[in-house]
Amino acid sequence: MATMFARPEALTANPFHYCPGCTHGVIHRLVAEVIDELGIRENTVAVASVGCSVLAYNYFNVDVQQAAHGRAPAVATGIKRVLPDRVVFTYQGDGDLASIGTAEIVHAAARGEKITVIFVNNANYGMTGGQLAPTTLPGQVTTTSPSGRDVTRAGYPIRMVEMLATLDGPAYLARASVHNPAQVVKAKKMLRRAFEVQMQGLGFALVEVLSSCPTNWGLKPVEALRWLEKNMLPYYPTGEFKCLQQAV
Amino acid sequence: MKTLMKGNEAIGEAAILAGCRYFFGYPITPQTELPEYLARRLPEVNGVFLQAESEVAAINMVYGAAGAGARVMTSSSGPGISLKQEGISYIAAAELPCVIVDIMRGGPGLGGIQPSQSDYFQATRGGGHGDYRLIVLAPASVQEMADLTGLAFELADRYRNPVLLLGDGVLGQMMEPVSFNPLPAGETVKPWATTGCRGRERNVVNTLYLNPEELEAVNHRLQEKYRLIEARECRAETYCTQDAEIVVVAFGIAARIAKAAVDGARAEGVRAGLVRPVTLWPFPYRMLAGVLKRAKAALVVEMNAGQMLEDVRLAAEGCVPVSFYGRTGGMLPGSRAVLEQIRLLGGKKYGHYVRPA
Repeated sequence: MATMFARPEALTANPFHYCPGCTHGVIHRLVAEVIDELGIRENTVAVASVGCSVLAYNYFNVDVQQAAHGRAPAVATGIKRVLPDRVVFTYQGDGDLASIGTAEIVHAAARGEKITVIFVNNANYGMTGGQLAPTTLPGQVTTTSPSGRDVTRAGYPIRMVEMLATLDGPAYLARASVHNPAQVVKAKKMLRRAFEVQMQGLGFALVEVLSSCPTNWGLKPVEALRWLEKNMLPYYPTGEFKCLQQAV
Repeated sequence: MKTLMKGNEAIGEAAILAGCRYFFGYPITPQTELPEYLARRLPEVNGVFLQAESEVAAINMVYGAAGAGARVMTSSSGPGISLKQEGISYIAAAELPCVIVDIMRGGPGLGGIQPSQSDYFQATRGGGHGDYRLIVLAPASVQEMADLTGLAFELADRYRNPVLLLGDGVLGQMMEPVSFNPLPAGETVKPWATTGCRGRERNVVNTLYLNPEELEAVNHRLQEKYRLIEARECRAETYCTQDAEIVVVAFGIAARIAKAAVDGARAEGVRAGLVRPVTLWPFPYRMLAGVLKRAKAALVVEMNAGQMLEDVRLAAEGCVPVSFYGRTGGMLPGSRAVLEQIRLLGGKKYGHYVRPA
């Protein structure tokens, strides 16, 4: 009998700890499929961050370093400078990348560090139970914005991809979503491109992936995907923001 | 052949000779000559110099590079070393070898840029969160800055532990003749490094253990390693201690000043001697205790408000009175002032004069 569907080699057999309906699992699988398709599993070093995806080191079947909160791009820089012919990627959430790790991501991008960053944005701090994140939408209720994000007090959400697009260092910047199958297919293409850009030595690559958090949003999995589509997409438009084809 | 060099630059050259090809740092006085030197030298040996966006980023780049198997170094001074503590705790937890240079200046806060030894506690008690230790080496000359840099890389690899080279603004800035001794060749094999898992099981560099039993086992393993280092790696210099009744204890540049005072006391017929710990962690308790047992009083001289003093008291275990003389804020203790302290001890039948720290 022909195998129609199997676990990618780039994922371990460890069962995911992610909540039911959380799209981290989908994104993990897409990244793993891309690694398999590019044939780079044994040549790749991943960097896990702090947050729900800290346990990524249990799931990606590659060499992994687990970094301090927000510091994954700095750790990846250290690895890539020592091993320039390896593929190095970070997998970070929005609290990690867009709040405590803002300096590290901006400067890794500005240096044109030849790494790939997977940035998972679910508009809140998931691991600690749903607090306000820099990406939390105006009016969105979290445990630390119980009346909804008041932009006069808590400021405005940060569009990281657009912000990084003002820099010369990045070679590839895109935002994807995984709220329906068509978007999942598009997301995979972008993730693949983000790895190819590194392999071609073009520079820094980042893909932001809009992701659902049913548990902390207080929604059922399907409702959470609808909420993402209705509320996050208008604020965080998907698409390619920078796409270098050759070295400048 | 000897070269006239600044201490900071001597560290840089010694690091290259020790096989260090990666440096991640950030400018801060009084250590900036070290990154400047390496910015020039590392590209000449196909190495990488990277000025990071912050000390926080620099130490995390060190984490990544060390985890990838490289000999790697960073450097800073008090305010920057404080920022690095997060990364240092992770590096100690992940058991990654690296060398961190701390050229101390006066604190607390932004403090000043003049030499100081006020980061002894920070260096020897861990500095960041969690139960961990750094191996701390304290040079007292430009030659020793070079020699201990080579040793630092050896010890870091041998024990898979971060090593802190603790100097001060005097040692970093002053010029002395230095010769570079070639080190025994041979790369340390690092089968645990994350280099891509071709032909082997994947490697994971991690510091998270959600299961408390597992984390306790990790701590036990670390503590066993620290006991081994304590047993094997204590280093100290002694000077005129054989018949010493007054034992001066000082490290780094303060020890050189104290040495002149010991010579002065000897010329006056006072049996003074000096113990200079070279490893501040592991602290040479046993060796110092042996010297203090034969003495009548101890005098600790530091460029701080009395930090190593606590370790000397632990070594003395109450068997001799321990007094203290220190200057802070970037002021240096003069050898005449130290001699005066020795005289005070000698003139008061030793034991009766104990100046509160």
